[in-house]
Amino acid sequence: MTLIIEQLLNGLQLGVMLFLMAAGLTLVFGVMGLINLAHGSLYMVGAFACAAVATATGSFWLGVIASLAAAAAAGAIVELVVIRRLYSRDHLDQVLATFALILVFSEGTRWLFGSFPLFLDVPAAFSGPVTLPGGIEYSRYRLAIIAAGLLIAVGLYALITKTRLGIRIRAGESDREMIAALGVDISKLYTIVFALGAALAGFAGALVGAIQSVQVGMGEPVLILAFVVVVIGGIGSVKGAFVGALLVGMTDTLGRFLLPVFFGTFMDPSSATSVGSALASMSIYILMALVLVAKPSGLYGDAI
Amino acid sequence: MGLLKTFTAAATVLAIAGMASAEPVKVGMITTLSGGGAGLGIDVRDGFMLAVAQSGNSDIEVVIEDDQRKPEVAVQLADEMIQSEKVDVLTGIIWSNLAMAVVPAATAQNVFYLSPNAGPSALAGQGCHKNYFNVAWQNDNLHEAAGAYANSANYANSFIMAPNYPAGQDALTGYKRFYEGGLAGEVYTQLGQKDYASEIAQIRASGADSVYFFLPGGMGIAFMKQYAQSGVDIPLLGPAFSFDQGILQAVGEAALGVRNTSQWNKDLDNPANAAFVENFQAEYGRLPSLYASQGFDTANLLLSAMAAADVSDADAFRAALEAANFDSVRGDFAFGPNHHPIQNIYVREVIKEGDVFTNQIIATGLTNHSDAYAADCKM
Repeated sequence: MTLIIEQLLNGLQLGVMLFLMAAGLTLVFGVMGLINLAHGSLYMVGAFACAAVATATGSFWLGVIASLAAAAAAGAIVELVVIRRLYSRDHLDQVLATFALILVFSEGTRWLFGSFPLFLDVPAAFSGPVTLPGGIEYSRYRLAIIAAGLLIAVGLYALITKTRLGIRIRAGESDREMIAALGVDISKLYTIVFALGAALAGFAGALVGAIQSVQVGMGEPVLILAFVVVVIGGIGSVKGAFVGALLVGMTDTLGRFLLPVFFGTFMDPSSATSVGSALASMSIYILMALVLVAKPSGLYGDAI
Repeated sequence: MGLLKTFTAAATVLAIAGMASAEPVKVGMITTLSGGGAGLGIDVRDGFMLAVAQSGNSDIEVVIEDDQRKPEVAVQLADEMIQSEKVDVLTGIIWSNLAMAVVPAATAQNVFYLSPNAGPSALAGQGCHKNYFNVAWQNDNLHEAAGAYANSANYANSFIMAPNYPAGQDALTGYKRFYEGGLAGEVYTQLGQKDYASEIAQIRASGADSVYFFLPGGMGIAFMKQYAQSGVDIPLLGPAFSFDQGILQAVGEAALGVRNTSQWNKDLDNPANAAFVENFQAEYGRLPSLYASQGFDTANLLLSAMAAADVSDADAFRAALEAANFDSVRGDFAFGPNHHPIQNIYVREVIKEGDVFTNQIIATGLTNHSDAYAADCKM
């Protein structure tokens, strides 16, 4: 029983991390109609900035601030220099150009930091396990990630529904030309949205970097999952990204755990593990396919 | 990307009368210098080039290319090196899947291949070739030594874990080949997986007395950090790949005290190794890794063969390679009948020296160990 609860927490934690990545991706697509493959690179930028500053100053928190600043700055610069020229192009051009950005970011990071992974540890205040009610031991840091992710989800909801910037973002999603005609500085709005999405990705990179590895190329596997989340949730919908992220997080974690157990009930252990793990790695894509069969534009997407 | 870098060893000594090798040898090095696994390729290259530079031998020319860890790129580079560059010897490949794509075709075209790292079982058994030499290990070796060590440490209930790909399956097979206890669990993870919360929960619930894991590179860093945070304190055991000099600093305190198996360590007590560790640090400003030691040994093996025979006389050159008449940084080194090493494999423990995390040898896992496939090799 405690194992199941621990796995549910793990699924939740993976889900909120994916949400931080997917929120920016889906916002950028919703507002600007842009497919940004370089989103994973901004995640990497956040992790490297956090690791570098945390190592130099000894403070994880300064590192997190640096990760937000560096990723937002990188996002803003990329938007001003490259992305801006792509809005009117078709999606294939956008994919090509942002793929080129992945290569530029990866080799640039290697040039700055070298080929060996950087060190980044969890802050002392959050290290070690904590005992939850019911005697479940769980990593304190993972709990903190869950809390931070949920807080940001609430904050993002408030930002989009309650503030003037949020109104503009929603207006930009429904009709770009019209809000420009109404006198809103649309290019500034685009830069802000892009930098916001980048900052969320950078924040995710810093948080996850502390328990995974900070190295070149760390962003791309997460990017693929984030795309799955966006597609499941409905392209352009932040609410969809949240629900999709939790679904993917739960499916992935529980699939990895339960499928081998399930096959173990009628197969010998070693083939059960290999069949189970093979199926588990497909589980989220099967989930995506099922969602698309039922709702072709995703759970919260606009009907096509 | 197609940038061609040609390194020519500095000619410090003119050809001295009586030196057997007057004929230059051209070496093609295909290794991973960009992307996720670049640290390994860079170490192999630096170790290799250090040995070449130290030899002062001007008859060796090394052409280095980056395979980007992609089999199709490696195959293309190998074709180019064999057909246009006319190399005599190929070396450098880190990953088993790339080696499988390149080595059989290269050796069939009468090029010598010296492997500084990858040792897939297919090339050690029935697929062995007279022109293929592995200077590092057969893939299963370090895992076998870990299994043997688990017995001597009285582990009777291991939880074992590896990524779901050929080298991962070989790893767990290798461990089980020597390990005599029972299994608390056997888990295959996704290749490239970075979140091990689910697996750690299973380890916690399994009641194991030891955890054996093979998670090279970033996967191992992520697992170690998460394991340290989880509060599970079952002892860990792994092959050297997850505790290498290049990644230990990124793992930090979480790796302290973990036992791992390796055929080399910087504290191995022999003159060749002491000089290697000192010179590598002086040249590159970092401690050498396992991979650097393998690159260094590969170059010295090649240089020893060049001193004994001309590369144009393939049979004599092959015999000179088989003799392995060089001072390995591992101490005693010999080739078995399938051209794979017969060597000791040690058990190391992660320690902290000043500010640097590194390894120290605490036991010998297997002595003069060959591999399980040698008997299938008919050369």
